[in-house]
Amino acid sequence: MAEPLFAVRDLRLALPDLGRKPLFGAAPRIEILRGLSFDIARGEVLGIVGGSGSGKSTLGRALLRLIEPTGGTIRFEGTDITRLPESALRPLRARMQIIFQDPMSSLNPRRRVGAIIAGPLRLHGFDRIEARVAEALAHVGLPPALARRFPHELSGGQRQRVGIARAIAPGPRFILCDEIVSGLDVSSQAQVLNLLERLVRDLGLTLAFISHDLSVVRRLCSRVLVLDEGRIAEAAATADLFAAPQAACTRALLDAIPLPDPDQPWA
Amino acid sequence: MSYLVIRDLSARLKGDGTRLLRGVSLTVAAGEVRGLVGESGAGKSMIGRAVLGILPRAVELTGGEIRLGGTDLLALPQAERRRRVGAACALIPQDPMTALNPVRRIGPQITDPLVDILGWDRARAERRAREVLAETRLPDPDRVMRAYPHELSGGQRQRCLIAAAFVAEPKLIVADEPTTALDVTVQKQILRLIAEMQARHGTALLFVTHDLGVVSKVCQSLTVLYAGRVIEDTTVRAFFRAPAHPYSAALLAATPRYTDPEGSLTPVPEAVLAAVRAEVAAADAGVAGAEAARHG
Amino acid sequence: MAAELTGDGRGGLRRRAGLRLWLAGGWLALMALVAVFAPWLAPKDPLAQDLFLGRLPPFWQEGAEPGYWLGTDSLGRDVLSRLMHGARIALLVALVAGTLTGLIGSALGLLAGYYRGWTDTVISRAIDIWMAFPPVLFSILLVAVIGPGLTAIIVAIVVIDWTRFARVVRAEAMAQGAMDYVTSARAAGRTRAGTLLAEILPNVLPTIVVLLTLEMGIAVIVEAILKFVNLSVSTDAPTWGGMIAEGRTSIHQAWWVLVFPLVALFLMVLSFSQLGEGLKDRFDPVLR
Repeated sequence: MAEPLFAVRDLRLALPDLGRKPLFGAAPRIEILRGLSFDIARGEVLGIVGGSGSGKSTLGRALLRLIEPTGGTIRFEGTDITRLPESALRPLRARMQIIFQDPMSSLNPRRRVGAIIAGPLRLHGFDRIEARVAEALAHVGLPPALARRFPHELSGGQRQRVGIARAIAPGPRFILCDEIVSGLDVSSQAQVLNLLERLVRDLGLTLAFISHDLSVVRRLCSRVLVLDEGRIAEAAATADLFAAPQAACTRALLDAIPLPDPDQPWA
Repeated sequence: MSYLVIRDLSARLKGDGTRLLRGVSLTVAAGEVRGLVGESGAGKSMIGRAVLGILPRAVELTGGEIRLGGTDLLALPQAERRRRVGAACALIPQDPMTALNPVRRIGPQITDPLVDILGWDRARAERRAREVLAETRLPDPDRVMRAYPHELSGGQRQRCLIAAAFVAEPKLIVADEPTTALDVTVQKQILRLIAEMQARHGTALLFVTHDLGVVSKVCQSLTVLYAGRVIEDTTVRAFFRAPAHPYSAALLAATPRYTDPEGSLTPVPEAVLAAVRAEVAAADAGVAGAEAARHG
Repeated sequence: MAAELTGDGRGGLRRRAGLRLWLAGGWLALMALVAVFAPWLAPKDPLAQDLFLGRLPPFWQEGAEPGYWLGTDSLGRDVLSRLMHGARIALLVALVAGTLTGLIGSALGLLAGYYRGWTDTVISRAIDIWMAFPPVLFSILLVAVIGPGLTAIIVAIVVIDWTRFARVVRAEAMAQGAMDYVTSARAAGRTRAGTLLAEILPNVLPTIVVLLTLEMGIAVIVEAILKFVNLSVSTDAPTWGGMIAEGRTSIHQAWWVLVFPLVALFLMVLSFSQLGEGLKDRFDPVLR
């Protein structure tokens, strides 16, 4: 059995509650992740779903070591990255990327698209930067001329595709997609999801797809983790999850979805 | 009888004359729930704002009429129009986080318009506010009246905003994407609440959204917009059985449907987009031609 | 999609921005030229006194003497020449004090706003304590301690006003730090310092530029005030503040001695502030 890309064991994360901080001394901590264990296999598209407050966004950022866990272990490609210092993590960062939800705030408004995509490339000492930027733009279906524009000159869907181009340009193994279609129109959403499907196939990517909307997860993901209050409530293959949801929170999430069908029982 | 009749409404940006609304016509009968559907930039929010008289300063209406209960609002003087709209209409806004004033308690935010604009006395206004808050199933309406917005969750705030909309028994409510900013489980509760209250009070509802799934649950009829132009106008049943226009059919095919993963989430084909754009351009040319003929 | 069919209604704003930039920049450039070439441009020696030519009115009034375009003060010194020489002090103080204040204040603000934690606590407390001192008294104290002179003025301005920059820049740095593109830079592997310079600074720069030009205007006024209370540069070299102080006493007999330096001061401060706004409008890509 091939080694999983990510192996997470008993992951815990607590953050200080600054709202209740006493004058002297540390703030009390709130547990956001309470002992999660799962693997992400190479080439897999894993859906991570849950309501707000379930910890899914925090889990995503912990996987990328943007926050340091307070307990448990995370192994990426066999290496234990749980407590690795920033300097040791830096070379790994080219292999794990992130795409954000809000296309408005995820692109620096004062840099041109080309510079935004080239950023990570320059940091990791890639060569032929211009060629790679053009390639990335082509992969996401944007014309190379767009590299000279500023983010505010593009539509929401285009901006989101620039975010995707930035993530795939360094040739990563793994991409975390943090609610990337939640702010998009129905047609842009469909385009972006189809694009991702194609990229996973063509570039051999592994994805973790965070979403509060189970409907988009159905098509894209092979396996789904359902989070509830910092714990894994259910983990199953997508088809199984939709056919026979086990956990109460999964059923609640499914029942809440308004299908475009007036006859759906939705009381 | 239609309570709201919009006929041939057109609007554009003052700066460069870009058309935002292109001869929009639609009606909402008393007690009816009509969905206003379209992508961003289609003009659906703009129509709601035009009815309520809260268009952005950079936008101007260039033609058409908006009849509320028979009277053309656009023909009235400003003050009279504001009075009528204030008495008969209300808005459920999109973002519960920013729609409430963070430095005032909830109670006054609901009762002030009743007292200041409609001339109610404060005791009656407060009683009524408490009643409506109870209707929205908020536990402990008294505590909510005294609370500040930041003490409530997003869903609770949206309930307050819904209460504020229904409190003066308006004849028409414009709901501007009221659940877009909410979690899917909270969305369901809020939609059901809106549907319930609408049915109980018999209020006409113009429901602006980009989500066809939501439309199928709450609305009886819908109008589909593209680039400020009405593409389709029909009942919800007829639409979901078989949309008449290729663009609306494409929108439906793009809407996620977990019961049919392969048949949904299909991007709108370029050909369909090109066709609908050509339609809009042709209509623009027609309008320009008619204007030229009038002046020539 | 339909976004292409809606336009950008900002045409009018851009035209205004261009005019503002030209006028403000033009006036300041003129002032700079006058300041640099004052010894050659000034028609008379600014220090030359001639009691027989005291209180002559400006050229368009009766009793004016040719060659003394804006009149003379009570000691017979040419107002125009003194104005020109005064511009040197004004601009020097504006540029040096303004820039130093801006650099120090912005740097501290950026560090506090982005790094947060102890850095922020220390800097913020320093700002709070500093701002508790009444500025004018503080500067008078400083000048009294260091001794009158240009250095003292500049030091006084920097020491007092850095907090103005630090507070605003800190708030902006905090807001920018919360943006996803900052997280993206960190996820890509940028160091914290690198992120501060490459991602946050460009977005805070428009504010810094506007504040900088504002600060230059303030520096000019502070110098004038200090001269007014007799704590600035030595009394011989003409400064606008000094001219205003002198003109105050003879306002009924020779209004021009007070009014012209006042107008010059006003125009310079106004030009600085409009320059900042104009630069922001013209060069900020987000507004283009």
